Amino acid sequence: MERGSKLLQLAAHEAWHQSGWKRHGRIPIVLGTTSAGMGLGEAYFRHAITRPGSQCRQPTRVTYYQPQQHAIDLADAFEFSGPTTIIANACASGANAVGHGWELVRNGRADRVLVGGYDGLSQLVFAGFDSLQALSGTTCRPFDATRNGLALGEGSAVLCLESRDEAIARGALVLGEIIGYGAATDCHHLTQPHPEGNAAIMSMDRACAVARVRPDQIDYVNAHGTGTPLNDSAEASAINRWAGDSVSRCRVSSTKASIGHLLGAAGAVETVICLMTLQEQWLPPETGVEQVDPLCRFDLVRIPQDARVETVLTNSFGFGGANASLVLRRHG
Amino acid sequence: MFVRGWGAVSPAGWGAASLVQALEAGVGLATNELVRPGWQKTMRVRSVPKPQARPAFLAHPRLRRSSPVAHYTLAASIEAIGDDASRVADGSVRLGVVFCVMSGCVQYSRRFFDEVLRDPSTASPLVFPETVFNAPASHLSAFLGSSSENYTVVGDSTAFVHGLEIAAHWLGEGRVDGCLVVAAEELDWLTADAFRHFSRSVTCAEGAGAVYLAAAPANSTTVELDAVTDGIPFTDRVSVGDAIRLSAAGLPAAKANELLVDGLRGAARLDRAEVVAWRDWQGPRVSPKSILGEALTASAAWQCVAACESVSSGKHPAARVSVVGPNAQAIAARFKSSRTSS
Repeated sequence: MERGSKLLQLAAHEAWHQSGWKRHGRIPIVLGTTSAGMGLGEAYFRHAITRPGSQCRQPTRVTYYQPQQHAIDLADAFEFSGPTTIIANACASGANAVGHGWELVRNGRADRVLVGGYDGLSQLVFAGFDSLQALSGTTCRPFDATRNGLALGEGSAVLCLESRDEAIARGALVLGEIIGYGAATDCHHLTQPHPEGNAAIMSMDRACAVARVRPDQIDYVNAHGTGTPLNDSAEASAINRWAGDSVSRCRVSSTKASIGHLLGAAGAVETVICLMTLQEQWLPPETGVEQVDPLCRFDLVRIPQDARVETVLTNSFGFGGANASLVLRRHG
Repeated sequence: MFVRGWGAVSPAGWGAASLVQALEAGVGLATNELVRPGWQKTMRVRSVPKPQARPAFLAHPRLRRSSPVAHYTLAASIEAIGDDASRVADGSVRLGVVFCVMSGCVQYSRRFFDEVLRDPSTASPLVFPETVFNAPASHLSAFLGSSSENYTVVGDSTAFVHGLEIAAHWLGEGRVDGCLVVAAEELDWLTADAFRHFSRSVTCAEGAGAVYLAAAPANSTTVELDAVTDGIPFTDRVSVGDAIRLSAAGLPAAKANELLVDGLRGAARLDRAEVVAWRDWQGPRVSPKSILGEALTASAAWQCVAACESVSSGKHPAARVSVVGPNAQAIAARFKSSRTSS
């Protein structure tokens, strides 16, 4: 198995057993990833150019490089079946996957959906971000005035989504509710966000409209916050405008300062972090910030703290102008 | 949902008309040779010919450094959306984009990784962003000026038909007024080499196909997307043949003279399951891959374009499309004339 798909299997195993789901006839799978089994793709290329006459293990590398195979492996592991959707919207992929899966349940097109995001580190992706000078040479510190780049990470998160009524009827432990999802496209540049974060505002507005909440009703925002100068200034500007008069009460942090940027997994992992804040009633801090960027008119959470948290929003933005926001609510 | 337009770039040429002409001729297109480093022998493929004139969209700043897969995406999409492009630009049409791909921008990915292996400190920052799966979709939205939903869906050939379902969902919810579903693939020795491990009788190809959907019909076309089935994955418990039969069974009953657009490639071993699954089909059928080659998600798009053309021209009252992915799932769709009742 490839590194990313191992992470996916581990996360799915934890989620599946926590959910109490048993074998089920039809469970669609919706996954987000940026590079799928890139490690195997790299191995395939190295072998192809250094040993052009040899086929040794090449067919296996081709098969397990592909994300649809990773989805099939999940279905086989837990003995269910259903259509698979792999969304590759760069670093928003995980959030798009969670949002798309949620829509399948919300619209009655599926009783249950397995959603998530995953990515393993690979040489190509690391060199790619390095070539763009996007990696921090020191410490990743989103929204710091002296921030200088991101820290790449890897991981996976998987969520078992089902309708509220069905979960309650079977006596399941409900970890939280997704109540809104919005997506928008930033046409400004392939790798740079619009300086004022116009599409970010659209995705937050759309998610809140679906959730029927106002910005002042959001208790915590898990920011995309990569730590790159351009992303964070655009997102700070977007949050300022989106929150409006309530911006000074808007509590925000980027957990990428602690765990890195997990690319296609980021949106799903940060959704899990939001569920933890709702369950445990605390706010995840942002580590490493020394001097808050004056652009940030919101309350940047810098120390762990207990708080009353009923509704949260998480942002994920990616190359190509992919923007996605999710709104979650405490259950009960 | 109504099909308002379609477009294609294929080894037959730039435009759906050249694709239709090739299918009507019914003869496999000529192949060309692709050099594979380390081999004396070349690989036979079907490439997209150079366009007769430089496409106007290449003047857009976003497209300057883009790869062939992005060029094919733009060309097929612009043909499909037609005059509605200007309505996207002026904000009167909210346009969704579902871009479907299997191998992606493999030319630039291979080139970038080759640079990384040689010396990572000089690997090109101009190339890397174009290697990301959603780069063509991003270019398309930027070119048309759309800030609405934009998904890149990665999968085997079935991803395109699944993309039609996603588009229909967005349209049904009123989130967009129109939606381009487009699939594109580009040739490279690396993908041709990879396919060769599974069959040496398949001719790899490249190109794109696009279908433009809207909730309301246009005066000029009368094609309706009637049904899209679930993708039925091949698993330990569901064979390829069973998946094809299950997906086919999900479509409405066929009318007289309904066309089947299948995915047969002319490779007996790979085609066996699909041949068996459709052996009782009595109506007319066409197999675009056997003429154009195997272009993964783009092939599925060509199948749908062929279906739309056949219904639009009045040759058939409806057309069903059977797509069997190389390794993941089977799926089916049906297009019909909006004047028909079933």
